[in-house]
Amino acid sequence: MTDNELIKLPVDYLPVHVQASVRETGLVKWLLIIISTLFLGFFLFIPLITVFAEAFRKGIAEYFNAFSDPAAIAAIRLTLITALIAIPANLIFGLAASWSIARFNFPGKNILITLIDLPFAISPVISGFIFVLFFGLQGWLGPWLAENDIKIIFAIPGIVLATIFVTFPFVARELIPLMQEQGNEEEQAAMLLGASGWKTFWKVTLPNVKWALLYGVILCNARAMGEFGAVSVVSGHIRGKTNTIPLHVEILYNEYNFVAAFAVASLLAFLALLTLAVKSIIEWKYKHP
Amino acid sequence: MKFKFKKYSPLPGFGLTFGYTIFYLSLIVLIPLAALFFKSFSLTWHQFWDTVTDIRVLASYKLTFMAAFIAALINAVFGFIVAWILVRYQFPGKKFIDALVDLPFALPTAVSGIALTTIYSKNGWIGQILEPIGIKTAFSPLGIMIALTFIGLPFVVRSLQPALDDLDLEVEEAAACLGANCWQTFYKVILPAVLPSLLTGFALAFARGLGEYGSVVFISGNMPLKTEITSLLIISKLEQYDYAGATAIAVVMLIISFVLLLLINLLQSWNNRRVNNGGVN
Repeated sequence: MTDNELIKLPVDYLPVHVQASVRETGLVKWLLIIISTLFLGFFLFIPLITVFAEAFRKGIAEYFNAFSDPAAIAAIRLTLITALIAIPANLIFGLAASWSIARFNFPGKNILITLIDLPFAISPVISGFIFVLFFGLQGWLGPWLAENDIKIIFAIPGIVLATIFVTFPFVARELIPLMQEQGNEEEQAAMLLGASGWKTFWKVTLPNVKWALLYGVILCNARAMGEFGAVSVVSGHIRGKTNTIPLHVEILYNEYNFVAAFAVASLLAFLALLTLAVKSIIEWKYKHP
Repeated sequence: MKFKFKKYSPLPGFGLTFGYTIFYLSLIVLIPLAALFFKSFSLTWHQFWDTVTDIRVLASYKLTFMAAFIAALINAVFGFIVAWILVRYQFPGKKFIDALVDLPFALPTAVSGIALTTIYSKNGWIGQILEPIGIKTAFSPLGIMIALTFIGLPFVVRSLQPALDDLDLEVEEAAACLGANCWQTFYKVILPAVLPSLLTGFALAFARGLGEYGSVVFISGNMPLKTEITSLLIISKLEQYDYAGATAIAVVMLIISFVLLLLINLLQSWNNRRVNNGGVN
């Protein structure tokens, strides 16, 4: 039964004047759909199309030219390295946090959940800034780090740390509600049948949450590769060294090199589309197990 | 009686996972955040107050608040309509629209920033229509509002969708049977039922708008006193190595974020209580 039939059925038994009040006329329906489409078209669709239109404005050769720049290649490499560190780090944390929160009862649980969500509430600029305060030259560990010749701010470790911070809650917040809802009966049964803790986790818990886990990881990945504000504060913008893809886009754009800026940006836009596609597929899988 | 932190559970691994959760949370989030507050204690009250009430800083608060508020308001209205058509109607392209709503979550802010700037600047697709009739969008407060509307839309739609989905059609029918017209049914029955979700979405969009940087910095033009948002001010203080000034502004922003976070949590628990009570009232 489609949603439409669900909505139609009870109304059809009502008197005509009541039907008219409950079910909006076709006119209202299409008016609302047109308003929504125009709004989304202006605010979401046109910006998306613009990225690709501007990238290919001067043809395919110019488009690919943007990627032969060594600085662009270095930026892509740094972004991949950052994501490859940030995602596993937050994935392991997400699994540990959801296991302890969803499988056990202890006081202060809600406070812990709020604290995990905290990085989402903090402006990206401030997220980067706290690491500058901590590791920067004027910061707490700054003098000691300088003495031992360890660079964190304006270097790759700072970028990785800031990225881990802004993507911190993604995996945990997908897993916790789902695991709380599922309860622990299946795990208890597995333990009762003699499975070890690890085996229970691998064979029972993980298969039960695999889609939510994947969902959290792709959201985490999209943010890790696309983070701009926090990374911009800690990076120092050294071309070819501490520029990620979004920072490289900014530099090209500010140099009025629009085609190259949008060409590199189109990589990120493509990643965003891929993320949305995977997300839709996962949601479909949830509804049709 | 011996105090037990955790209640009995047959499953193993609490010590390891709980310990790691607290350790990692402290290392990545809590200790660095504490550094910010400790740094602010090293300022005298006078220094702090002078920084955060500087005329340029006050102008940036006003601009950031106004732009985020209006953007969240626009999103509350249009986000409601979008959520409504997605929940209630069948039409061609619905799946596409549903997926498109999440675009601002998935598209990196720098990319949306340069795209919006290109569209709304003098030679852009929309800018070249608006500019001749005297509406300057890019490099003006209006541009900031547009960027924040883009960023905030999914929060409202995604908060409202489950609430609209849960609405009982029988209640609307009852209202109609009692003689309510369409409009009365909407603002006396539907709106009160989804109000907590609508407010949550509004607050989330507003909070996100206050802290947004990437999508705004390109379109705003960054003129002090006119189009300079607070996040940008923190960055320009940092670039002048004025760490104390940056800290003071950041602490104010952070406290506002925490208050909003508390408010959002309260709204959500209000919503949950209403749902758990089994009725909409």
